[in-house]
Amino acid sequence: MSFVTLDNVSKRFGDLEVLRHVSLDVDEHNVVCLIGASGSGKSTLLRCVNLLEKVDEGTIVVDGQTITNGRVDVNALRRKIGIVFQAYNLFPHMTVIDNVTLAPRKVRGTNPREARERAFELLRRIGLEEKADEFPDRLSGGQQQRVAIARALAMEPKLMLLDEITSALDPQLVSEVLNLVRELAESGMTMILATHEMSFAREVADKICFLDAGVILEEGPPEQIFSAPAQPRTREFLARIIEAGRL
Amino acid sequence: MHEVLHTFFSPHDFRVALPNVWAGFQVNLKLMVVAEALVLVFALAVAIIRGLPGRGARPLRALMIVYTDFFRGTPLILVAFIVGFGLPALNLKFVSGRSNFTYGVIALVLVYTAYVTEVYRAGIESVHPSQRMAARSLGLSYAQAMRYVVVPQAVRRVIPPLLNDFIGLQKDTALVSVIGVGEAALQAQGYSQTYADFTSYTVAAVFFVLLTIPLARFTDHLILIRERRERAAAT
Repeated sequence: MSFVTLDNVSKRFGDLEVLRHVSLDVDEHNVVCLIGASGSGKSTLLRCVNLLEKVDEGTIVVDGQTITNGRVDVNALRRKIGIVFQAYNLFPHMTVIDNVTLAPRKVRGTNPREARERAFELLRRIGLEEKADEFPDRLSGGQQQRVAIARALAMEPKLMLLDEITSALDPQLVSEVLNLVRELAESGMTMILATHEMSFAREVADKICFLDAGVILEEGPPEQIFSAPAQPRTREFLARIIEAGRL
Repeated sequence: MHEVLHTFFSPHDFRVALPNVWAGFQVNLKLMVVAEALVLVFALAVAIIRGLPGRGARPLRALMIVYTDFFRGTPLILVAFIVGFGLPALNLKFVSGRSNFTYGVIALVLVYTAYVTEVYRAGIESVHPSQRMAARSLGLSYAQAMRYVVVPQAVRRVIPPLLNDFIGLQKDTALVSVIGVGEAALQAQGYSQTYADFTSYTVAAVFFVLLTIPLARFTDHLILIRERRERAAAT
């Protein structure tokens, strides 16, 4: 049973066609990794799924609900979809714990004490309990990104969208974030990741989609995409990745 | 030289004028506190309305633009005349029977709200769009994202320019003397016209300067702290 379905989705920014007739199925409890060069449309695809971007054509169905007909309650939809960005985007004027409890308190109306307890549980899980009362600028990039993941998880989403969440990190900080994502995958969280971490994608993904110029050029299980890609463009892309030492 | 000292710095006149000018200056302080409080609230409201998204809010946005354009472009002294002499002349029950003090506050608030709106707006626009996006992606509504994420950051950033505008407002409280608010400048004028000596104006000036200096230093201090923090964050 697919949890997210994109059917023939197109998105333009002015003259630029960022997504062209993209169709994609994401099954519940599955992890789908979007790979491809910068500008290939990975981030835009993710943003369309939680309506941060409006699609120009096609339909997207999330959890049995068509979200692209303009009649959907955007805020209600976003409550069940967590998204984590490349630049963390923590709220700099709030402590870590307040970052994590803001949405549960204000959106779901959870009482502050309960929200705080749950947030502490999450912080324990990501190993940052002792940073609860720090402000984000006192944390490393990896720690900030883990908090951003916890902030999204605090809304108990049914789907997580991760948009190149390790791309802004120093190399030695990448693994702490990926370990957390791996745990999430093992716990059965449905996820769509845009990523440049190929070996990680290979390890956690149930399905890999290679995007090229706004088109899903090739998709399949990781072994197939990484070992026997059918498309010349995919082979070219992977060859360059290997050359750069990233696989 | 002697003439100058005698005309502006006569110790005798200084002492004699002091109580009256001080009494007037207390009116300035009241004008200032009341007007500042109102300006802070109204200007934020206008700034938020000007930033409202969507086609439906277009008339509201337009109204606010007309308001800010008009009152930023009109000299305070004219606004004071219009409010202080014009409203009473209307003979309307609610607006016409007010005290000069109230009209003074209204004039100050009308003009300074227009200025401070721009300060708030600059602050709101300086908050990176990704902050709003992050808030919205957590399910917060537009209003909640503004209330909890954007506005708190914006206000923090604009505190120094806000304080600068308030230094301006403090001084401009003297202008509403033109509609007969018995504040320090008017008291000083009364003294100088009675005794043909201008030291009373010096007394009033001293009060204003004494009030402004701490606020100016405090503003400098805040800017310094901000710079230090930003330098620390950049390393």
